[in-house]
Amino acid sequence: MSKKIIATTSLAGCFGCHMSFLDIDERILKLVELVEFDKSPINDIKVFTRPVDIGIIEGGCCNSENIEVLKSFRENCKVLVSLGECAIMGGLPALRNGIPIEECLREAYLDGPTVSENKEQVLPNDPELPMLLDKVFPCHEIVKVDYFLPGCAPDADLIWNALVALVTGNEMELPYEVVKFD
Amino acid sequence: MSKKITIEPVTRVEGHGKVTIQLDDKGQVSDSRLHIVEFRGFERFIQGRPFWEAPVLVQRLCGICPVSHHLAAAKALDVIVGAGTGEGLTAVGDKMRRLMHYGQFFQSHVLHFFHLSSPDFLFGFDGDPLTRNIIGVIQENRDLAVQGVMMRKYGQEVIKHTAGKKIHGTGAIPGGINKNLSLAERDELLNGEAPLNADQMVEWSLGALDFFKAYHKANVRSIDGFANFPSNYLSLVRKDGALDIYHGVLRAVDAEGQRILNDVDYQDYDQYIEEEVRNWSYMKFPYLKALGKEKGWYRVGPLARLNVCDFIPTPLAQKELEEFRAYTHGKPNGMTLHYHWARLIEVLHAAEMIRELLNDPDLQNEDLVTKGKKLLKGVGVIEAPRGTLFHHYEINDNDQITLANLIVSTTNNNQPMNTAVNLTAKSFMNGRPEITEGMMNAVEVAIRAYDPCLSCATHALGQMPLELTLLNSKNEIIDQKIK
Repeated sequence: MSKKIIATTSLAGCFGCHMSFLDIDERILKLVELVEFDKSPINDIKVFTRPVDIGIIEGGCCNSENIEVLKSFRENCKVLVSLGECAIMGGLPALRNGIPIEECLREAYLDGPTVSENKEQVLPNDPELPMLLDKVFPCHEIVKVDYFLPGCAPDADLIWNALVALVTGNEMELPYEVVKFD
Repeated sequence: MSKKITIEPVTRVEGHGKVTIQLDDKGQVSDSRLHIVEFRGFERFIQGRPFWEAPVLVQRLCGICPVSHHLAAAKALDVIVGAGTGEGLTAVGDKMRRLMHYGQFFQSHVLHFFHLSSPDFLFGFDGDPLTRNIIGVIQENRDLAVQGVMMRKYGQEVIKHTAGKKIHGTGAIPGGINKNLSLAERDELLNGEAPLNADQMVEWSLGALDFFKAYHKANVRSIDGFANFPSNYLSLVRKDGALDIYHGVLRAVDAEGQRILNDVDYQDYDQYIEEEVRNWSYMKFPYLKALGKEKGWYRVGPLARLNVCDFIPTPLAQKELEEFRAYTHGKPNGMTLHYHWARLIEVLHAAEMIRELLNDPDLQNEDLVTKGKKLLKGVGVIEAPRGTLFHHYEINDNDQITLANLIVSTTNNNQPMNTAVNLTAKSFMNGRPEITEGMMNAVEVAIRAYDPCLSCATHALGQMPLELTLLNSKNEIIDQKIK
């Protein structure tokens, strides 16, 4: 059997899901027998180099760059998996959804107790910076998502079981103990 | 013709960043910037939440070193619940938190060195980008990779037994902790089946140092000459000057080793530190107020800590520190790639501390929490793996948070990383007819040495929103942008 190709990304997440992925520990040695990695923050492949079987998304969408990356994952991956609370429902960053974004920016750049005098009221606005969305969106509101693995972060065993099932084409075994919403 | 080079995304670091390098029409680097490209808004949206939620909420800034945020927030809230400013906890409270913190230092530093940076050393900065990663390390040097994987696993197990779970645990609460270490847990960590025990971790830490030192010896010029620049250095130290990553006073030294901040109480941190806003990054630029924006910036993290402290209170790491110090004749070490050397000395120190703490019977005590008279403001500072981390909270009479200010480790290293990027870009790219992938990776190697946690750094940063229309998968408009 040829190896499946997987790709991963972290959008508006904290990298905790990627860390939990690495918590499969020594099973990573088995993983490299099963799959090859394409674009991922753990390697230096910055653009897709081939069609991908499984795309794994951590984090929701808080800016225009997240949207672009998510769409490129949908276009390049046969199966898309939302990994963790942020991808599934915005997660903690979505706590800002009830607050006007201007207030968040003010607090960070103008009103914070250690911000130096900012007479011109400089806010980050360089064209190199992506555009901010006024809400944080879960991934499935932007593109079609095929599987959802919950948890903050999802348990390493859950990630492992799901990945092996997807790679081998077997049914996922998801016992109660590994499916946690926290 | 002038042109702009963009490296995006910066990989094998945690979080989202990109680099732009401007070349003039003679092919010389005229400007460079490390942009942090995300915004969270934690300081604002945490307002109104009950204060005791902070340690579990704010750690979700960062899944790499959540323990640092968890503990810094808990330390600030210790002050608020009247449990003192760092010395008021019970013995088991203090030591469980320290064990948790050393566990995380161990795993985070190991992750950084083995999983993220070792490929640059094994395959070269200009190695094949398709294999220059941890998977490539597994295929090229399986023993080294397995060591890294098992060392990280051990650190994560320490966190699980102290915080309740490996990522985003709940162990620290205002005034103390919510569990002690059972004898069964202690025995598993101390004497677990090989290789997962404390002695093996100390031994492997020494091995990792040997690996780096051998590489250094064979590549002295390229290591020492890489982004070497003078700066100030800031860190916590214990009151007697010892390296202490959990608690102490703030000290800073200049490039010559002269004290420029002399062991001050961090409750007053805002008297000493300010942050400048620049329009091209989410990340603010901190500096020591007394020295001003131009001269007051400083480095934090492993290199800074070893430059600032007087000694390391564990014997094997102290011996390594002496060798490290002798290399620069006792002066502060400004060489960017020596961050790795310093980091591995700290890995050894963490392994020694874990072993020492596990042998301490206080960890089985049952007086977990200290209570006192409530205050409305608290500051918690800790040395995160990447450097000094500040948390500051204020609350109202209803126990709701009214103000939160965070200066994270990576933000403290903002100017240094930009300086390192600029020096590296000039050294590798100036006047070259063609810009290769290897040259661009060299710039990333400079950033990587600081182990930036760009996830952490996104908490307080934002970009001006422009016009944007957001369509869903069915091409329906679901959002239109604010400006």
